[in-house]
Amino acid sequence: MADKIPDANAPPSDLSSKDEDRVSVASNWKLVWWRFRKNRLAVASAIVLLIFYAVVLVPDFFSNQDPEATDAFLAFIPVQGIAFFDKTGFNPSVPDVVGKRNPVTLRMEWVPDETVRIPIAVFVRGYKYKALGLFETDIHLIDAKDPTSKGRPHFLGTDRLGRDQWSRMMFGTRTSMTVGLVAVALSMILGVVLGGISGYFGGWMDMVIQRVIELLQSLPTIPIWLMMTAALPQDWRPEQVFLAITIILAFIGWTTLAREIRGRFLSLREEDFILAAELAGCSHLRIILRHMVPAFTSHIIAASTLAIPVMIISETSLSFLGLGIRPPAISWGVLLQEAQNIQTVALAPWLMSPGLVVIIAVLAFNLVGDGLRDAADPYGH
Amino acid sequence: MLRFIIKRLLLLPLLMLLFTVVVFALVQAPPGDFLTSYVAMLASSGSSMDAAQVEALRQQFGLDQPVHVRYFLWLGSIVRGDLGLSLEYQRPSSELIGERMLVTVLLALFAFAITWIVAIPAGIYSAMHKNTALDYLFAVLNYIGVATPNFMLALILMWVAFSNFGLMITGLFSPAYTQAPWSLGRFLDLLKHIWLPAIVLGVAGTARLTRIMRANLLDELNKPYVVTARAKGMAEWKLVIKYPVRLALSPIISTVGWYLPQLFSGSLIVATVMNLPNIGPLLLRSLIQQDMYLAGSILLIYCMLTIVGTLISDILLALFDPRIQMEGT
Repeated sequence: MADKIPDANAPPSDLSSKDEDRVSVASNWKLVWWRFRKNRLAVASAIVLLIFYAVVLVPDFFSNQDPEATDAFLAFIPVQGIAFFDKTGFNPSVPDVVGKRNPVTLRMEWVPDETVRIPIAVFVRGYKYKALGLFETDIHLIDAKDPTSKGRPHFLGTDRLGRDQWSRMMFGTRTSMTVGLVAVALSMILGVVLGGISGYFGGWMDMVIQRVIELLQSLPTIPIWLMMTAALPQDWRPEQVFLAITIILAFIGWTTLAREIRGRFLSLREEDFILAAELAGCSHLRIILRHMVPAFTSHIIAASTLAIPVMIISETSLSFLGLGIRPPAISWGVLLQEAQNIQTVALAPWLMSPGLVVIIAVLAFNLVGDGLRDAADPYGH
Repeated sequence: MLRFIIKRLLLLPLLMLLFTVVVFALVQAPPGDFLTSYVAMLASSGSSMDAAQVEALRQQFGLDQPVHVRYFLWLGSIVRGDLGLSLEYQRPSSELIGERMLVTVLLALFAFAITWIVAIPAGIYSAMHKNTALDYLFAVLNYIGVATPNFMLALILMWVAFSNFGLMITGLFSPAYTQAPWSLGRFLDLLKHIWLPAIVLGVAGTARLTRIMRANLLDELNKPYVVTARAKGMAEWKLVIKYPVRLALSPIISTVGWYLPQLFSGSLIVATVMNLPNIGPLLLRSLIQQDMYLAGSILLIYCMLTIVGTLISDILLALFDPRIQMEGT
């Protein structure tokens, strides 16, 4: 990747002269965007990610019930399938469910009652919440048309404490997606600073940083993470645990980015325009920030995008094992903890739904990252 | 060759020493010492320990000493092969770990073998039949394979087996052998069960290696020597297998360095979900019980396995590509 030298005078030859003019005056970012746009799969994935981040911003809007509200009498309600049409036309609704206690197992068994339909609609009023911490509202994306109706729609069923899985998933999305983002942001800061020092100055500092990276990379990641999270005090607040988890994930995560950035620095250091800047009397900081960093920002963004899914899988796995984010905080891994027992899963397979969301999110990040990586080299190919 | 390996081997103790520092720091990290939490745990479960016993344990573990003295005490006992006593199990840690080592190593090796057996042919096929239906199918499977967390795959498989066939695919042994001592019968029984968790463990790696293999081979296939050989009328499969594949394999061998360690540490999650008797669940349990010295010992074993994995990759690479040795010396 490092061997492509950006050359503004060599636009792809198969373009007409008008397009050529456009290409030759376009900014680097525009070129990256044009190339990215061509990759349909990456664009579609980017849209999926935008939806995910919308959920991150206002999970309350997307959920339809308080994620913490428990009701033992409503435990293990299965997914109520949405029917979009009834006899009168477009009229989306979910069937109500009636519980019957099984005389043998003494377990509640829920059957959909097709005679009682709960009409659902978008943008309806429900519980009050503060959107973005700014203004209070009670509009929710999707819920029962009549907020006071006795039967509630559970789009993804309920868990063993009768909590609404759909609403919990929205809040889990907030935590898990943020963990990925914050952990990668931390790794990026560490990676840019240490990788930059290592690549720009070289010498003994490079030597030390490289050895530290090698040491950290030869540690067995999952056991080390477990050991570190197990050392977190039990009485920490969820926010403290959250921050600690991101730091722990970034602790090893920065090494890959630092290597990448070091490589970029090493190849750029030899370029003529850097020499010119040095001769013109620029300070180190100015050379780095003004001349070198813009030359590989797009590569860093691509590498970071590919690092986020790794963080998400790690967080989910740690929380699933019970040593990551802890309840009452909700993350995808915490939700999946409910699905640890195979008998429970057989009884309530909808508890595995957060796993599907993890796969979709990771897939989307990987596709967008691949698309960005290919697009980051606008003059290549 | 020998010099190269000896050089690598000499580095091992140094690396291991660095690891012991890291591990010890982590063992010491939880607030309060483990003995206090152990006594508290005993008290909450109804039994208790008298003060003399606590004091004896305190001295045995050197808890009344400053940190650096404790580190050297701990290091000293580890060098002598004494990994300490697990407080929870009241058995030596080395014994607890020892009986689970074989399963740990075998599981990773099986996953590794499956990965190579699947990934290399799949990669070769994809590269030779670029943009065909099967190539696209492999690409889709690869993306999904990379995106699926290990434990999720295990969970889905267990669910499907349980709800469709009423099978519990957890564990590694038939009931008759679960508690039995090691014997040929038990080993054969192990082989009968290990392949499923090994596949689960190897899926993500297989997906990645297939992509790497495909990309490497595609690079080689465009080179002039391939065109020359083809022009001279060499059979296509012979041509591909004999030269480009050999060259494309070299980067694959260098992946062993990170892939084997990843399998060792990744087996922790699969083993926990599928209830396999390797050192992963033992580590998890000891961490939850705050049995920190046992946890530390297990972590050291993981570090050792990681180093061995890297070493194997170095040696393989040196065997395969003589140029590496020259660079190393």
